[in-house]
This record gives sequence, structure tokens and C-alpha cells, in this order.
Amino acid sequence: MQGLSSLMVRELSLAVRAGGGAGLGLGFFLIAILLMPLGIGPDMGLLARAAPGMLWIAALLAALLSLDRLFQADYEDGTLDVLATAPLPLEAIAAVKAAAHWLTTGVPLIVAAPVLAVGLGLPTPAQIWLLAALTLGTPALSFIGAIGAALTVGLRRGGLILSLLVLPFYIPTLIFGARAVDLAARGAEPLPMILLLGALTLLSLVLGPVASAAALRINLR
Amino acid sequence: MGLTIDSLTLSRGGRTVIDGLTVALAEGGALVLRGANGAGKSTLLRAIAGLGRIDRGTVALRLDGEPADLAEHIAYAGHLDAVKPQLTLAENLTFWSQLTGGAPGAVDAALQEMGLDRIADQPASTCSAGQRRRLGLARLLLAPRALWLLDEPTVSLDAASTAALARHIAAQSARGGMVLVATHIDLALPQAQFLDLQPPTSLPGDHAEDPFLSSAFG
Repeated sequence: MQGLSSLMVRELSLAVRAGGGAGLGLGFFLIAILLMPLGIGPDMGLLARAAPGMLWIAALLAALLSLDRLFQADYEDGTLDVLATAPLPLEAIAAVKAAAHWLTTGVPLIVAAPVLAVGLGLPTPAQIWLLAALTLGTPALSFIGAIGAALTVGLRRGGLILSLLVLPFYIPTLIFGARAVDLAARGAEPLPMILLLGALTLLSLVLGPVASAAALRINLR
Repeated sequence: MGLTIDSLTLSRGGRTVIDGLTVALAEGGALVLRGANGAGKSTLLRAIAGLGRIDRGTVALRLDGEPADLAEHIAYAGHLDAVKPQLTLAENLTFWSQLTGGAPGAVDAALQEMGLDRIADQPASTCSAGQRRRLGLARLLLAPRALWLLDEPTVSLDAASTAALARHIAAQSARGGMVLVATHIDLALPQAQFLDLQPPTSLPGDHAEDPFLSSAFG
């Protein structure tokens, strides 16, 4: 247990030091959302209607941005070899790394999203549901993404292939997440969508570490 | 008794590099792997570390007469040093110490042993290649492990550090630990066994299985 907590501390401190890329996802998210009104125009009704989808798509892409370094950096400097021979299950290591990715990429998005939602004119009742949907949905982005990052770990410029590999698997999260916020904005009941979103995240929490560890083992051989 | 490798066959890139290797190493022993580039030294060390695929054969460890789980008793130091340039030397080692269950104070002791205590608070990005290698090797001193697997540990080390490494290997043997080391230079280890690996010879039958290649080279 102590090994895993020190791995988490190290992942977080590496993320906030130079070149760690902790602010990268958040910066991308902010700029992408700020570009939307410039592209679509100052029609507040249109912006408010498109806001759930825009926020979710920007969140998917922001999560993807720092995903390619999740295992790649450790693979290149030999850390992954030593981690794999450490007295810890590789599944637990993959789970900790994915959780650290969520803490440094997903959580800042959750904090920033309500502010941006106000800017886009999302109706007030929908904002609490946006917060709930992002909180429940973004862990799936990190844990599904970890599988893709583990599969592409040995590849040069694997980040591009990673995007093609992972984005299709983000679709269910995108659909349920955006739909929940959209339903809330129209005054309908968003709870079923939120529950489905939570189910997807639970599934990814279980499958992600196991599949990532299997992919890492294949790539280390 | 110690490490037993029985008729081990390993391949790299679909080609057999080690074919039916049988060797035993008693507790307290050191085995030096020698051989030309591509003879399979790294492949063998990685396979024992559990990082490579074993085609045939077994690797078994017995400690004090009891069968032991290989994964819990090895320390592997490969070509790469597993050093994060953003962290200080002490932070790098502290992490590995916590991960491998090192005793408190093990980090300071290891830094001192490797002559890195004066620069312990510097980021590892400021290290020279030799200092980084010494930091990578300091990992071995954090927690006791029955079997050290060292892949070319002397690369970029100066003469004094190489002698220090030989001393640490001798100390590991004196504790009853085992060392498998692939190296091209003479570490002057007393009582070390030597294993000369031959680079794989291309068998005449190799290409015949592929109809395209056999017609091309026929």
C-alpha cells in the first residue's frame, strides 16, 4: 500500500513540475470553449443549446492531450521496467497512474466547466447536472485512455494513433454525459443518463487497469 | 540451492538467441555473462526478471532450501537508469525505497555509498551520464534482494566507481545473495563463474520455411 501511495505522490509531483503537463489539458479546454462563440457567433440561444455538447467534446479532447505520456515517459527512461519488476501488481500500478491522470487533468476540467457554462448561457438548473455528469464521467476518460496509452507505449508518435484508438471508445461517455446536461437544460429528468454514465465509469474502472496491465506486459516483451 | 536455469530457450524478434541453456548458481555466487553484441545477454537477464517471454525451459529460485517467488527477490538494473530528471537525486531514490520496502535511512546510506550525497538535492537533470548511472545502481542498495540482475552496469562509470561496484557485488555475495552480471570488462570478482554466450548462428534451415525467401535466396 505504501508503494502505491508513494507512486501516486510521485505522479502528482511529476505532473506539476516543469514539462509535466498538468495545466495543459485545462488550458486546451479553456481555449477550445472560448473559441466556440467566436466561430458560432454571439447568438446566446444557439450557444446555450450547443453548450452541453461543446463542453463534453472539449473535455474529451483535453483528456486525450496528456494521455500519450501516461506510460510513454516511463517506458523511455526505463522506469516501467523497474516498476514491472517491483513487488506490486502491474494492474495496481496502471490504476494509480490512470487515477493520477484524472486528478491532474479531469478534476481541473470539472472545476472550470461551471464558469464556462455560465459564459455560454447554460440554464442555471443544468449547471449542477453538468458538474455531476463531468464528475461521474471524466474518470472513464482517464481509465479507458490508459488502455490506449498502454497499447501504443512502444510506438514513436503513438499519440496520433492513440487518438484514433481511444476516441471511438469515448462515444458512450460523450452521449450519456452531453445528453444528461441537455435534458436538464430543457427541464427534463437527467437522472437515467447520469446513472448510465456512472455505470460506464464503473466498468472502465474495472476493465481499464486489467487491460492496461495486459497491454504493458505485451509491450515490455 | 540458488538459481536454477533449466534448458531455457529464448527468442528475440522471432529468432532463437538462447537455445537450451542450463546453468545453476549457488547462493552467494556471481555469474558473469560474456558474449558478443547480440549474443542474448540482455534477453536472458530480461527473461529472468520476468520482462521477457520464455519459449521453453524453466527458471527457478530456491532460498534456504525453500522454493521462492522470483518476482519478489530480484533487483533489475538494465541499460536505462529509471531516473526522472525533474526530481532531485534524493527524491528519485526515496520513491524506489518506498516502493521496494527499503529501511528508513536507506536512501542516505545508498547516496553516500555511491558518492552522490553532495549533490543529493540537485535535480537529476543536472547529473552527468556517470552520475545518473550511479544513481540507477544506488537503487540496488536500498532494500536487500536475493538476486541482482545487472545489464552492462559499468557503462559510463569511471575507474573508481567501477571498483566500488565490484565491491558492492562482492558484498552482495558475502551476504549470501546472487549476482548475474552482463559485462564486457573484467570486474575482478573473486570466485565468479563465467558463462560465454555464443551469438546465434543462422541455420541453413532458417529461410527454407518461408517460400518467398527460399525462392529469393534459393
